[in-house]
Amino acid sequence: MTERGQAARGRRRIDPRAIRSSVIALVSSIVVFGGLGWIIVHAPGWPAVQTSFFNGPILRESLPGLLSAFVVNIQLFLIVEVLVLPLGLVLAVMRGLNGPAFLPIRVISNIYTDVFRAIPGLVVVTVIGFGVVGLGLFDPRTDQRLFGIVALTLVYAAYVSEVYRAGIESIHPSQEAAARSLGLSRFQSLRYVVVPQAVRRVIPPLLNDFIGLQKDTVLVSFIGVVEIFRYAQIKSAATYNFTPLIGVALVFIVVTIPVIHLVDWLVARDRRQAAQGVAR
Amino acid sequence: MRRMIISLGLVAILAAACTSGGSSPTPAASAAPPSAAVVSTAPSVAPSATPDACAAANLPTVTGGKLTIGTDNPAYPPYFAENADGTKTDPWELGDPTNGRGFESAVGYAIADRLGFAKTDVTWVVVPFATSFAPGPKTFDFDLNQVNYKTERTQTADLSKGYYFGNQALVVLKSSPLAKATTVAELKDHVYGAQVGTTSYDAIAAIIAPTKPALVYDTNDLAIKALGNKTIDGVVVDLPTADFITNVQVDNATIVGQFDGGTPEYFSAALTKGSPLTDCVNTAIDSLTADGTLDTLASKWLPFQDAVPVFKP
Repeated sequence: MTERGQAARGRRRIDPRAIRSSVIALVSSIVVFGGLGWIIVHAPGWPAVQTSFFNGPILRESLPGLLSAFVVNIQLFLIVEVLVLPLGLVLAVMRGLNGPAFLPIRVISNIYTDVFRAIPGLVVVTVIGFGVVGLGLFDPRTDQRLFGIVALTLVYAAYVSEVYRAGIESIHPSQEAAARSLGLSRFQSLRYVVVPQAVRRVIPPLLNDFIGLQKDTVLVSFIGVVEIFRYAQIKSAATYNFTPLIGVALVFIVVTIPVIHLVDWLVARDRRQAAQGVAR
Repeated sequence: MRRMIISLGLVAILAAACTSGGSSPTPAASAAPPSAAVVSTAPSVAPSATPDACAAANLPTVTGGKLTIGTDNPAYPPYFAENADGTKTDPWELGDPTNGRGFESAVGYAIADRLGFAKTDVTWVVVPFATSFAPGPKTFDFDLNQVNYKTERTQTADLSKGYYFGNQALVVLKSSPLAKATTVAELKDHVYGAQVGTTSYDAIAAIIAPTKPALVYDTNDLAIKALGNKTIDGVVVDLPTADFITNVQVDNATIVGQFDGGTPEYFSAALTKGSPLTDCVNTAIDSLTADGTLDTLASKWLPFQDAVPVFKP
């Protein structure tokens, strides 16, 4: 931090305009949020909505079960993430291969990413969980979570490969040209020059995809696995009350918001570093 | 950082909403008219409504002068049935509630008759399960959808007296070693499936208590698909549904037995919490029970009950 920066901060602290804008921000927040809250609480149906969506006793009663069911979501999420990272990179590199000989590989990668980004995740989960299992090639008693892992990996590898591809294409061709002029092979320049820079650049969008993946773990409920969403549905139907689903929302908020802010922070840091790079 | 504070604030608002829900757990009940007492199945509770209030003309139904009954679509046999010529009224699938054929369709018209509605004054609407207990105005006067009575559910909806008493049953493939099981103890070491939101799932946990976690599907049809794939060893469903599965849906499946859980389960009509119709529907069901109409309808549309053996512990 430079002296000028500190001076600027010092000045801002006594700036009356800053105080004024803080007060305005506070008042407008109170008016907007308070107003919205007032409208909701005074709606004719609020008592019924409060009982069936924000029911304290039911939330307290269902929370321990929700959390232990959430362990399944965490397992799915972590395993799929570990599988998707290399698979997506392989797909992206396949797609970036030049030369006529590699056409079939490019086509396969293209079709794969197009198809799996086009199909709704729930359909993939259903087809894998009921259709592929029905082929009779696998032991049908295989843990259903495995089929969920396969389905989510197929879907998210397509997304992640697109993120990698964008990163690889964002590396200036002069980098590869320079590497090749140093005598590195096409593969070596990709391996030691292009991909390392690309991966660093795509970490924020990758994390963004993982936020989507975290939430999509609930799709595995469709093939029978009792994870957090299915557990909430069971509780919800038993009590005729939607509060367990609000419990699911709370759990996902608590888990996801730190990741969201990590992404924001990384993006902001990249932008700062890029700006400094230009100034230098 | 500021956004983070706002996010945390939202969480706090949610938490606060829940906390205040806890301090006054039954705001809906207190807002309901005093005549709408919590439905009890104890026979000692006499219906408080006068016959006059239950006359069709005086009933505050969603469409004046008409009775609107809800059920889910597809309308599964044997609770509903297609017309004798195999047709169905749009939009109904598998069964057609509007023809009076099938157990719940027949019960719906029987209740309507006791309330004084002509058959032509009865309309049926599609009500998905979750909609039947969602807050807010309802599109139906009562819902007949194999809803099992549960005390917890009566905090949100009125549930009538039972119009069908029955047990849960186990369906397996004929080739399964379980097909010959006669005791609950033989069932322990297997994987079972059920439909989400049903007491069938409760029966797996409470009666079988299997060593492996049960799988829970969105519909019975998906559970049956998993049974065909041998992903699960057995499906637990109510007895009439078990009959439909084994006779119509799956050729190579069989009912192994029914579970006697001690307290008999029963289906209730679901009504809006505090509905002025609840007492009248209860009176109608009482009278249909007393004169044997419900038994007649059950043996006409669900005629296999006694043939299925009961599991021994």
